[in-house]
Order: sequence, then structure tokens, then C-alpha cells
Amino acid sequence: MAFARTIGHTTYRFPDLRDLLAKASPRRSGDELAGVAAGGEAERVAARMALADLPLARLLAEPVVPYEEDAVTRLVCDGHDAAAFAPLASLTVGGFRDWLLSDAADAAALAAVAPGLTPEMAAAVSKIMRNQDLIAVARKVRVTTAFRSTIGLPGRLAVRLQPNHPTDDAEGIAASILDGLLYGCGDAVIGINPATDSPAAMVRLLHLIDEVRRRYDIPTQSCVLAHVTTAMAVMAEGAPVDLVFQSIAGTEKANDSFGITLPMLAEAREQALALQRGTVGDNVMYFETGQGSALSADAHWGCDQQTIEARAYGVARAFSPLLVNTVVGFIGPEYLYDGKQIIRAGLEDHFCGKLLGLPMGVDVCYTNHCEADQDDMDTLLTLLGAAGVAFVMGVPGADDIMLNYQSTSFHDALYVRSTLGLKPAPEFEDWLARMAIADAAGRIRPALAATRRLLPAQAGAGEGAA
Amino acid sequence: MSGGGGPDEPWAFLRRHTAARIALGRAGDGLPTAPLLRFQAAWAEARDSLKSSLDAEALAARLAPLGLPVETVRSQAADGAEYLKRPDLGRRLHPDDAARLAPGRWDAVFVVADGLSVRAVESHAAPLLEAVLKRLGGWSVGPLVVAQRARVALADDVGAALGAAMTVILIGERPGLSSPDSLGAYLTWAPQRGRPNSDRNCLSNIRPEGLAIDAAAFKLAWLMAEARRLTLTGVGLKDAAPDLIPGGAEPPPALG
Repeated sequence: MAFARTIGHTTYRFPDLRDLLAKASPRRSGDELAGVAAGGEAERVAARMALADLPLARLLAEPVVPYEEDAVTRLVCDGHDAAAFAPLASLTVGGFRDWLLSDAADAAALAAVAPGLTPEMAAAVSKIMRNQDLIAVARKVRVTTAFRSTIGLPGRLAVRLQPNHPTDDAEGIAASILDGLLYGCGDAVIGINPATDSPAAMVRLLHLIDEVRRRYDIPTQSCVLAHVTTAMAVMAEGAPVDLVFQSIAGTEKANDSFGITLPMLAEAREQALALQRGTVGDNVMYFETGQGSALSADAHWGCDQQTIEARAYGVARAFSPLLVNTVVGFIGPEYLYDGKQIIRAGLEDHFCGKLLGLPMGVDVCYTNHCEADQDDMDTLLTLLGAAGVAFVMGVPGADDIMLNYQSTSFHDALYVRSTLGLKPAPEFEDWLARMAIADAAGRIRPALAATRRLLPAQAGAGEGAA
Repeated sequence: MSGGGGPDEPWAFLRRHTAARIALGRAGDGLPTAPLLRFQAAWAEARDSLKSSLDAEALAARLAPLGLPVETVRSQAADGAEYLKRPDLGRRLHPDDAARLAPGRWDAVFVVADGLSVRAVESHAAPLLEAVLKRLGGWSVGPLVVAQRARVALADDVGAALGAAMTVILIGERPGLSSPDSLGAYLTWAPQRGRPNSDRNCLSNIRPEGLAIDAAAFKLAWLMAEARRLTLTGVGLKDAAPDLIPGGAEPPPALG
């Protein structure tokens, strides 16, 4: 059924739900590249007005990607909890926004409705929310997960320590790990993007992190971000896999382009659960997503990139992940052109993921061919801290020397924690105090003795005494 | 090094193991002035380098001594700005150039493309090709194709036009702050338009400070031989190449 709205003397028509959602989206280069964006600001607002009047239930009844042709749609529809949705079933998208902002939508109410929400509902409402709405509602949502540390508790902000090295050099990676630990980071995961996706390299890197973790009794988890099939192969051979990583997307065809299927993810999760390596919880999956991945695989079904991104969260929540990370500015200017678009997308992704019940982190980042800089990242990081983001990245000096992009640094994490009064994961906070990396006030001020204890034996006495 | 006159971090000596920006020091919780400005200088250089464009004729002349015919082609992206905003056009061969490529029967075709780092291609493509070709005795290798304003999938159009069983595209990766000259290599078996990325294998960070030329040539030749043996590339072909080049140096011991 078509939709129409008049602004001034012009009537704008939207032939179907896909078109309505796409045209209601805030402007971004990826939707323009796909040819689905609104032609102007008035058309965009007309689409939002029509979308605000749309019954939420229509989004459930009319999937934007056909049920028969897409495993992600089937996963979402078949897993939908009608009882949880019942309290919202009579609302329009606009009414849903008002409810989300209302006092009635507290943490308990938001958690109760999450299984009744579909990705398309989250995406739709986000399109009629301003940045402050996305922050205010996300802040109210509580999602807690655990493995060796607990992620997502209120007043806490965890950090993925990302010690990448262009040749997976063991000493280079270890140096970055120690740097991150001494700057109080690593409670979300110590996660390496390997330079090449080989089983041998993955096993070597897993042992490297595992040895550091066990030597200093660090309450965190390790991950080597290789393809899920590589993780399955090395788990079968007894490698110490804490978390199984995979990049995921919001359509079956896009997931095909990543070389994955939903049963494959389920099987990998079972394999990791069987290892029983968690201590305070058993969330064993780590997913990464990002707007634009479906379009880049020509697998977007004519949808806007933010709606498809929300559908990736529909995939993630079926596998009870410890961490979900939207790598928001990584994909490049053809999808998110500048700092403004990256900031908006980061807030949307965080809001949609959390609303659907996921432990959302954000890789606040950009590439050098994007119109963005470190000041834009400061802005987004601060906004996400206010929105209650579960974790962010910690990259030495914000410069990832393997993936060639700029993310947030250990220093950035310290900034946002201290400025907003956020603490590390509780187990990790205790460890930082025990190791005298944090002082009595919880600030990261590593005592010289702590530094010496962590540093390798070959550290010259003179070198360490500065 | 730490700026603001403060002392180095006690772990500053670890910098010898990595180009990562470690042991930067702190000003409160923030970054001291010197590393703050060093970062900005590196960013400014990377931004400026993105504005340069590939001199295809000069590169073709540099590749000529390798003994293979050299063709130069363009994608359908008209200029640098369109190349950035329209990756779909960067994946498609310009029709005029497609018509010039004569079909043959090649075991492999190499494409050399600017991508996002002209410096990477100008610095590393010729030596890498020389080292790889030495390892491909008995292969029928088609003409070298120099491509302007190209994305990875442009090699599919090139390979299909030339009748290649496999393409290898050497392409400039997007410039990082510490690596403005990183080259990537993507292998695709049975190239044709529409191949998903999961059908490809990739080696990245090819540059002297990353995956060095000889090591990259060894791995690339190994992957090519495996691709030909298995008649596929992509997730079905794991990079299980030995980490060491036979006769090469031992890797350094793990940090103790």
C-alpha cells in the first residue's frame, strides 16, 4: 500500500514500506549511492510524517525483505514474541517514540518489550528521533552480559584492547597489550584483528593473549577476529578460544558474501560453550556490524542502510553475544560521508542494538578518505558515554597500524571515563587496584612497581627507572 | 618524547617492537602536547597524499622490463571525487578499454591498480611482481593490466575480458597514519562480474615495514598454486602457507 504526505503545495508519495523507511532516513551518502534516499529535505520530512502514523504492527506484517527469500527475515519473524509485543501492538511509530521517552518506559519495561520488537521497528522509530532522543532512550536500557568480566552495568564503560600489528608480530602485539593494560584498558576483550586469516596464525595469537591473561590473572577474555570457520577449525584442535568472532549483516545474501550461514553461527557457539571457559558468565559470541556492508555486497534489497543494519542486530540477538560492535566509520565516505553522518549513524546503531537487547559497543572511527577528524570522534565518544555505551575501542594512540584507520585510544577511554564518572567492569576495576595500576581514587596512575611487575624480564633496570 | 617536559613512560623501550603509538605518556588522563601534534602531522600527510593520482603511463614503463605486455585501463569513475563516492563505478571496466583487451587462455592475469594509495602501487607493485613471477615457472601469465580509479572487483571485468582462470589484483590500500604505502593483493578464481568478496583471498599490508616483498611473493605464489590445485579461492582456501620463507630468518622469540 502506498503512502502520501503533503508539505506546502507538494504531495510526496512513497510506493511501499521500504521506500518510506529509506526516504525518512537522515541524509547519508550510502543511501544516495543506493539511489533510495529522499530527493530533498521536504520529501524527507514528509516521509517521517507518514512513518510516524504507521502502525507498528505493519512493520511486523510486511517484512522489508521477503520471508520466503531471506533467512534473516525468517529468524526475526519466527522468533518474534507476540506476548512481549502486546502492550505496544496498538501504537503507531510516532506513539512508540513518545512511549520510549515517557517515564513509563523504564529499564524494566524496556527489557520486557525487547523480545517483541523487530529490527524494522527499532529502525523506523530511530528515523523520527533526534540525536538527543537516541541518547536519552538508550541510556535507560540495561543490557548486561558476562564471560570473565561483566559488561554493560550502569555507570561502567569497558574497553576492547585492540593491539593489532601489520604482520601479527608477537612482540609487537604484546607491547601494545601491555600499553593498554597500563592505561587501564582491556576489560571488554583483548581482541586482535589478524593480518591473515590462517588457522596457524590464529592459534599462535590465541596462545599469546591467553598466556598474558593467565600470567597476570586478568579478568578479561581474548579473541582473534578470524572468520568463524577458522575459529571452528582451531577449536576442534583444542585451541584456547574464549569468544567466537564474526562480522554479520542484515540479509542472507550479505551474510553469504561474508561466507556465513545462521546454522554455522549456531554450531560455532555450541562449540565455544562446550569449552566452558567463562567464569562469571557464558556469553561466547562477539559480533561486528556496520552500516553499508549489505549494499557493498549488493544485498540490500532496495532498503536503506540503517534499516538493514538494525536487521543485523536481529541476527546477533539470536546468539546471546557478549559484545556487539558497530564499526561505524570504518567503511568509508561512500556510505558515511563526514563526521556529521558518522555521529548520527553511531547513535542510531547504539540505540537500535540496545533497544533490541544487545550489549552494544561502538568503534568510534573514521578513515583518512572521510571528511572527519579526531574532534568528530571526541564528540561521538562523549555522546555515546552519555548514552550508556557498553564498550568502545582502545587502540594505541588511536592509530590502528594494521587496519589503517583511526579509532579511539586508551587516552580517549580514560577521558570519557573520568569526564562522565564511568568505571571499568567491576572485576577489572578490582584487578587494576590490585595491580596498583589505578590509585586509591580509581584514576589510572600506574605505580612504578606495577609497571615493573607487568613488563617483560628483559627490561633494563636503567630503562625502567625513568 | 612524552611532551610537556614530562619523563618517558617506564615502558617506552617497548617501542622498538612496534610502530604502534605506545607509551605516549599522559597529561592528566589526556595526551601530552608532543604526541598530540605528531598525530595531527601524520593525519595531515595522509590527507594530502590522497589527492595525488596515478601516472599510468609511467607505471606501465616501469613494468615493461618484466617481459609481459602491459595494458592500461580505466574504471567507469570519471574523476577522484566520483571514485570515492561511487564504488560501483570503480568496479566496472570502461567499455572502450574492455573492447581493447584481447581474449586468451591464461592461467593468471595480474592487475595493478591505484586504489586509495598511489604511493603503494608506485613503490611496491614492480618489485612484488618481479618476485612473484620468478616463482611461477610453467604458468601462462597474461598481460599486466594497469588500472586507474579501480576497486578490487574491477579485476573481475578484466579477467573475464582476457579469459583468465584467475586474477590477482595488486591495489593501494587506504592510507593509514603510519602506513601511507600499504599494498593489498586479492586473488579470484574464475573471475566474472558479481563475484562476492567471500570468493576472494587477500594479503594485506604489503610494504617493507609490514609484509615484506619477498614474504608476500612467497605467500602469493603459494596461494595461487593452491587456488589452481583446488580450483577455487575464498573461504574454502585457507592461508595455511608456512610462516617462514625457506632459508629466511627465524622469527623473533615471543615476548617473555
